Amino acid sequence: MARLANWLRLAVLAGAAALMAAPSLEAVAGADLPKLERGKAEKCVEDTQFMRRNHMDLLKHHRDETLRQGIRTTKHSLKKCVECHASEKTGSVAASKDDFCASCHSYAAVKLDCWDCHATKPGKKPVQQAGQPATSPLMASTPMEGKQ
Amino acid sequence: MSNDFCTDLGQCRTKQFMTLLGIGGVVVLAGLYAFFTLEHHGHVLTGMNNQIVWGLPHVFAVFLIVAASGALNVASIGSVFGKPMYKARAPLSGMLALAMLVGGLAILVLDLGRPDRLVVAMTYYNFKSIFAWNMIFYNGFFAIVGLYLLTLMDRRLKLWSKPVGFIAFLWRLSLTTATGSIFGFIVARSGYNSALMAPMFIIMSFAYGLAIFMVVQSSMYRWNGLRLDENVRRRMKNLLAVFVGASLYFTIVFHLTNLYFAKQWDYERFILLDGGMYTFLFWVVQVFLGGIVPIILLFVPRSKDTEAMCFCFLAPSLVILGGLAQMYVTIIGGQAFPMNMFPGHQVSSSFYDGVVGTYAPTVWEWMLGLGGVGIAFVATVVAVRMFKFMPQDDFTELQMRRSTD
Amino acid sequence: MSEPIKQDTPAADGERRTFLKAGAAVAGAVVAPGVLLYGVSQARPPEEGASSKQRWGLLIDTTKCGGGCHTCVDACNAENGLDGKTGPQDPQWIRKVDIKDLRTGYVQSLPMMCQHCEHPPCVDVCPTGASMKRADGIVLVDRHICIGCRYCMMACPYKARSFVHEPLTDQNPEVPRGKGCVESCTLCVQRVDRDEQPACVEACTAEGHQAMIFGDLKDPQSAISQALKSVDSVEVRADLGLNTGVRYQGI
Ligand code: SF4
Repeated sequence: MARLANWLRLAVLAGAAALMAAPSLEAVAGADLPKLERGKAEKCVEDTQFMRRNHMDLLKHHRDETLRQGIRTTKHSLKKCVECHASEKTGSVAASKDDFCASCHSYAAVKLDCWDCHATKPGKKPVQQAGQPATSPLMASTPMEGKQ
Repeated sequence: MSNDFCTDLGQCRTKQFMTLLGIGGVVVLAGLYAFFTLEHHGHVLTGMNNQIVWGLPHVFAVFLIVAASGALNVASIGSVFGKPMYKARAPLSGMLALAMLVGGLAILVLDLGRPDRLVVAMTYYNFKSIFAWNMIFYNGFFAIVGLYLLTLMDRRLKLWSKPVGFIAFLWRLSLTTATGSIFGFIVARSGYNSALMAPMFIIMSFAYGLAIFMVVQSSMYRWNGLRLDENVRRRMKNLLAVFVGASLYFTIVFHLTNLYFAKQWDYERFILLDGGMYTFLFWVVQVFLGGIVPIILLFVPRSKDTEAMCFCFLAPSLVILGGLAQMYVTIIGGQAFPMNMFPGHQVSSSFYDGVVGTYAPTVWEWMLGLGGVGIAFVATVVAVRMFKFMPQDDFTELQMRRSTD
Repeated sequence: MSEPIKQDTPAADGERRTFLKAGAAVAGAVVAPGVLLYGVSQARPPEEGASSKQRWGLLIDTTKCGGGCHTCVDACNAENGLDGKTGPQDPQWIRKVDIKDLRTGYVQSLPMMCQHCEHPPCVDVCPTGASMKRADGIVLVDRHICIGCRYCMMACPYKARSFVHEPLTDQNPEVPRGKGCVESCTLCVQRVDRDEQPACVEACTAEGHQAMIFGDLKDPQSAISQALKSVDSVEVRADLGLNTGVRYQGI
């Protein structure tokens, strides 16, 4: 919890430093800030303040590079964010309202589009699931009829 | 906002006006409700699937868009070709065109898998895509026709109405060409890949647009207890007959040229002979009810009173019905027919290769499609009520015949 | 799709089949299957993007593909997180197509998926540019800007694309998928980028069918280029001139 206090103090400081204009949390420091589950994250790949304000740009930039050019660096990859920040309770970044992404975003009322498609939980075996040709347990049943 | 007929604000027949608006409003609301439901649950609720990817909403949407560009034709004949009778109808024609385009586009947008990304559709353009070009044409159509309406309705700008009308005319031709090409450019499917698609869409747009124009015009006249002048009626009926005849002709040529290419035989067999629903819609609704019957109705001499009925309401209504059937056969029939990946082979798979796709529209799709029609309807009703869209050529004469109201 | 191919394949095939079977038995046991047939090229570093020096492709030998076999389909579903349902609204990235020659009655079975065209119609028609082709020839949908108009599905001659009709959850972290967008075979781009083979190919090889070869069409030394040089292969719908990355032999 020391971390949380630390984090709050930082926020207050930043607020005092007149960052009012920025649409970030500092603007309302002191009000009830979101309690977020930070998961097992020790230290972010960037400075926290920087991340708070710029994570969306980093992610957007990275998404285009990865998808369109096949650049697969991990520093700013959403998958890596999820791996670190998934809550210890729910295992997810957006399953409950205290989870890492959900808490801030619901606080700031910014709708998230990521989780319609992206997994909110880290994979079981992040990279090395490739080995054997898996027969999916889902495939055991006979092919289903159409639903209509 | 200035004539003695019931077209001005809140003067007369307010009740009926409100009723019309109410009906239209309910239809629009139903459409919106369908949209929110689909947006939440996804397209599972529709009859559309991975074989028939465009369904009933697209039938209504494409019909409205095509008819929109056709409705503008009345104005073009007036401004570009200088026919005074049509000139008097130019404002109504332009307004109808805008209303229908709004309705059609609304359906297209609301049916997207990700309607929330409309901004993306407006900001990312792939200029190789005819679909993207269509979006540009649609937006341009609003601007140009809007400007055109302004020149028609504002005395000081009258001078400009001819050149702007001419641009509008060219623009609408390109727009329909582009709309037809959405289908014509699909090389993969037997039903679509044809250079005739675009010209056929243009001819059909003439017929559908004029038909809708005539229905609206007759309704407006009747609403005001007026009768459309004999001369006007005769000319419009002839024009409609020509357009419907030309559409029929194009339909024949389209299928005949298809028959000329052996690889298209199977598709033609499907549409013309054993496509079940599609064959029925083609022959009975599109060709017979929407083509042959209206032509007969338009030409068979009748006594004065029934004439009014047939010319100005029944015949164009049938043309509209036929037009919807044509869109259904083209859009859905064209997808239902299986793609032939392995010529000379019988094909089967878990993904419905080699079988005719099944499609049964659900109530949500009807709501969405009709909602677009409702939008066009409400826009028309409101516009007619608020502004001076009543054709004005023959008022002096007609005023005398005006029934008590 | 012409007669001569059918006639010469069995002979040439017998040999290769025994050879490959033996190979597979060894390789399957000893080496990770990903390395088989493919060891030459080095993994590219993650910060280096896909390059046009490569073009990924598949060669599918229909004579080796088993009639009732769905191994590739199952492997694809597992890798990409599809649930394997086959209703009219369910997405299918790869499917087994059974074809029967109407004249001769000759029956074959083959996997059909995105053919990764050099000139993909889906990319041409996509209004937003969401359908795109990577430098290395892999055709993808950028779900970030796909608006779900489905025009690409209308345009695809192979029916390779599916629309996601329902909300999804629990996706594979490496394969984001979701409601309202169109999707199709990615050639397992997430695996290719870490120098593995697509799941279908790996599974087919592991089953001992060896009906699929994956590799770089631009590398003359690659197994696929070598194979293409020595057998007659065709594109499906060659009449469209799309120059597909996936080619078939034996039809
Ligand atoms: S559905 Fe998506 S990928 Fe396909 S054409 Fe439309 S925007 Fe492009």
